[in-house]
Amino acid sequence: MNALPDPDDLFSRRTFLNSCAQASVAASGLWLGADALAQVDKLTLSGLAESRLRTFEEMVKPFVVNQALTQGGISLTLPSLADNGHLVPLHLKVDSPMTEASHVSHIYLVSQRNPVPLMSLFVLGPWNGRAEINTRVRLSGTQMVVALARFSDGTFRYQTQEVAVTEAACVDNGT
Amino acid sequence: MSSARLQLPPRIVEGDVFKLRLLVNHPMDSGFLRDIDGVLIKRNVIRQLSCTLNNQEVFRAEPTTGIAANPLFEFYLRAVKSGELYFRWVDDKANIGEMRHPLVVQLANSSSSPKP
Repeated sequence: MNALPDPDDLFSRRTFLNSCAQASVAASGLWLGADALAQVDKLTLSGLAESRLRTFEEMVKPFVVNQALTQGGISLTLPSLADNGHLVPLHLKVDSPMTEASHVSHIYLVSQRNPVPLMSLFVLGPWNGRAEINTRVRLSGTQMVVALARFSDGTFRYQTQEVAVTEAACVDNGT
Repeated sequence: MSSARLQLPPRIVEGDVFKLRLLVNHPMDSGFLRDIDGVLIKRNVIRQLSCTLNNQEVFRAEPTTGIAANPLFEFYLRAVKSGELYFRWVDDKANIGEMRHPLVVQLANSSSSPKP
């Protein structure tokens, strides 16, 4: 990343989130339960040795503070091989009755390698009837994508998906 | 300047959960790419897009640079009553895009089966 962003953009959400994540990495063991930690270990991929790939903890840290976080209950569909990172179709479906008592309130799409970790936030409610979203994302290289859903009772669920990207979206940055 | 297209099912019956397909025309410049002269293109992405039905917000997206150009949003709504769908989105240049679209919900008990 030779090219610096504009001075206006220097204190962006990204730098803020990054500094938050760095400051809180030390305390990461405190908020994750033992089984959640085991899942994080399973998620730690071989490619994570490369410094630009975030760990799972870094990815969910800005959104999950003390709430329960479990895997499953979400189907996240991305092509396993995306030729072009500029446009990757993404389908997401959360199992939820979507009633007033129990519904999905927020969905976060988090990228492991993009310069901006949060790709999008969606706010839903019981009036949606179905917690299902289709969109198209940008991915800067082969990575893991995390979909994080917050339920109305405050708990979180997540699902991950590996995507191999042959042409990254930020390709002419740093060359 | 920033326009959008909305696709709805041809017939929406009360109680149905129907799909809305919204395609917004927007470059979603990420701020990491350069133009042909090597000048960095300033970041300009949609920051917030909301869908309101009868003055109640029913969907909101807050995209960042991770959403592709000409963003597509497909989501669902439960049909309760007719009204007006109002979409509004704001980008980094504070440009505001708006679109209104009528929503016609047919009653479930009306003789709905079309005659051949």
